[in-house]
Amino acid sequence: MSRSRPAPSRPLESLLNSELFTLTYGALVTQLCKDYENDEDVNKQLDKMGYNIGVRLIEDFLARSNVGRCHDFRETADVIAKIAFKMYLGITPSITNWSPGGDEFSLILENNPLVDFVELPDNHSSLIYSNLLCGVLRGALEMVQMAVDVKFVQDTLKGDSVTEIRMKFIRRIEDNLPAGEE
Amino acid sequence: MADEALFLLLHNEMVAGLYRAAEQGEGENGRCTTKLESMGFRVGQGLIERFTKDTARFKDELDIMKFICKDFWTTVFKKQIDNLRTNHQGIYVLQDNKFRLLTQMSAGKQYLEHAPKYLAFTCGLIRGGLSNLGIKSIVTAEVSSMPASTTHSCNECVQEDD
Repeated sequence: MSRSRPAPSRPLESLLNSELFTLTYGALVTQLCKDYENDEDVNKQLDKMGYNIGVRLIEDFLARSNVGRCHDFRETADVIAKIAFKMYLGITPSITNWSPGGDEFSLILENNPLVDFVELPDNHSSLIYSNLLCGVLRGALEMVQMAVDVKFVQDTLKGDSVTEIRMKFIRRIEDNLPAGEE
Repeated sequence: MADEALFLLLHNEMVAGLYRAAEQGEGENGRCTTKLESMGFRVGQGLIERFTKDTARFKDELDIMKFICKDFWTTVFKKQIDNLRTNHQGIYVLQDNKFRLLTQMSAGKQYLEHAPKYLAFTCGLIRGGLSNLGIKSIVTAEVSSMPASTTHSCNECVQEDD
């Protein structure tokens, strides 16, 4: 179901590149829905796949963006929204709703490129379509020693006006030396 | 503007994920290739629709195949097909000497047997693209040495009434 979109100002190639990814992701979710009977399993599988992608994506990201170490969670949030999302998905979500302790924030995506051409049918109301993103963020941050919890709070596919992802910092992961080493 | 790296990673994870699930489940390996191919088919259909929205009508089958080799391949894999051969009777062989989905793997014999898993999606992509251009085809691929891949497309033209 094609949504009307503004006339593309980007060159055809970059437009099609993002459509390749969007279409592939759509085919993947459709296949998973066929393979697993219930939405919860699909969500889990998407999260797991996202995690595996995230642990590799972080390397590509660090190699290309040359960003140094982030000193606190706020910096991390900035880097994620302004550099990472822009680099990979071409969008810049806004950061809002910081918790008083500074360990939780929300990413607001006005438009989510993953859901172009997508409609959720009624029998999949508990499917978190873009759950891959949660896994990617979780996996990527784990590789830079941060354990986070990522989840979707609002989703345009379910009728909300924006897509909101809530990220919560859990703890810093210490490097564990193998047993027996100093 | 989804980055190329993202698609590569997603594709590799799809292959890995499907095979992982198959191992834990029924263990029917053949079905994984079919699933990947049919995913590629859906994507190919959609992509070719978006792509050819504004292009001129194709003159004949060879024209379509050349389009696949040049514009389509360039958009998806950032390079053109290196070699296109045909017997002018519906069989086309597309040769890519540096197939992007395989360049990340070590060039040698070690992973040669796993390479076809990574080609299934692309075969479906081509088949889907051709199908929406009015050509029914069977697309197979083989890897004789990493990272070169050869795709065989057996076409029969379907007359379209517009």
